[in-house]
Amino acid sequence: MSNNEHDVTRRQFLNYTLTGVGGFMAAGMLMPMLRFAVDPLLQNKTSGKMVAVTNVSQLTNEPQRFTFKVKKVDGWHTFEEQKIAYIYKKENGEILALSPICTHLGCTVSWNDPAFPNEFHCPCHGGRYTKSGINIPGTPPPEPLHVYDQKVKGGTVYLGEDHPRGGS
Amino acid sequence: MLAKLYDWIDERLDITPMWRDLADHEVPEHVNPAYHFSAFVYCFGGLTFFTIVIQILSGMFLVMYYVPDIDRAWDSVFYLQNKVAYGQIVRGMHHWGASVTIVMVFLHTLRVFFTGAYKKPRELNWIVGVLLFFVILGLGFTGYLLPWDMKALFATKVGLQIAASVPFIGGWIQTLLQGSDVVGAQTLARFFAIHVFFLPAVLLGLLAAHFIMIRRQGISGPL
Ligand code: HEM
Ligand code: FES
Repeated sequence: MSNNEHDVTRRQFLNYTLTGVGGFMAAGMLMPMLRFAVDPLLQNKTSGKMVAVTNVSQLTNEPQRFTFKVKKVDGWHTFEEQKIAYIYKKENGEILALSPICTHLGCTVSWNDPAFPNEFHCPCHGGRYTKSGINIPGTPPPEPLHVYDQKVKGGTVYLGEDHPRGGS
Repeated sequence: MLAKLYDWIDERLDITPMWRDLADHEVPEHVNPAYHFSAFVYCFGGLTFFTIVIQILSGMFLVMYYVPDIDRAWDSVFYLQNKVAYGQIVRGMHHWGASVTIVMVFLHTLRVFFTGAYKKPRELNWIVGVLLFFVILGLGFTGYLLPWDMKALFATKVGLQIAASVPFIGGWIQTLLQGSDVVGAQTLARFFAIHVFFLPAVLLGLLAAHFIMIRRQGISGPL
């Protein structure tokens, strides 16, 4: 058979097949390693259970700092992560539980700092929020403090995950 | 697109001769299994290199999850093997690849020995080859401790005991390798450093010397 009327030469044919087979072999080696490396991107998030934090009777109209622990699994490391919530009762009796993680770059805010009465203040870049956690315009944070999921059962306040509230 | 990019770089750096030098290098007939099937014995050197590449690649990925600490090493290996996608495969490549590497080195050495390729002018490359063999055994020995299970622990105790039996300086060698008076936290940290930094660096240096010498001297002639 001559290859006069074909435009693939023997050399090209061998080049293509060898590159193809070699490519498959290399991919077979590399794919598992790459999938292994990107695994953290593809692990599904486990949402934690609600945790008992305090008694409703403890709550006032003034935000108070409560700490609670949630069980965390970080690969081969299982530990109790300490979390903070500022909780108070609004005028209408609703309970609001705020996360103190600054929405600017993640430092921890505190309530009623002597220099910033009746506000949440972040020491890192001077972020400020009102009592209900709304960021004060002109300070760095781009959105309000996140709010914890919460429920009350038998006089006990339980908290879950925290979520952004939207708006600013 | 790619061709254009290539031309752009080539125009500035003249890179064509670099790869042409390798691509146009002829494989002599007596080492090409396409001509004489028995010439497959000449493949063992290349196969050794191939398995070393696999060891280095899979090792680089394993260290993404592995931690060299006595409290956590075993758990991290358990996690990467059982909880991470393809963990069993990536660890399997490294685990089985270690043995395959050593088998390949051995076969390659046999080929060099029985074809007399170690004779003048290639004595230096035989010496580099022996050093490579020791470095690879060292990688096997230090790597074996890393999973920190019972087998790893006692294999290392045995190995260190053997090192301690060297006349006069054995005790020092043992303490130096062990990093402590027990096989423990410091041993693991040390073996890890040796396994992933020191020996691979030496290995790459020796491989470079090995290959440069082969290019200089060519493959030894037909029998
Ligand atoms: C010729 C080269 C190498 C050989 C012969 C070798 C050998 C070994 C052996 C025998 C083990 C124990 C595996 C087991 O029992 O499952 C091991 C573990 C390990 N090696 Fe290597 N290794 C080499 C290169 C490397 C390199 C270059 C790296 C990192 C850059 C590396 C990283 C690791 C890690 C993190 C472990 C612990 C994880 C495990 O045990 O599965 N290795 N190695
Ligand atoms: S992190 Fe709070 S103001 Fe920047």
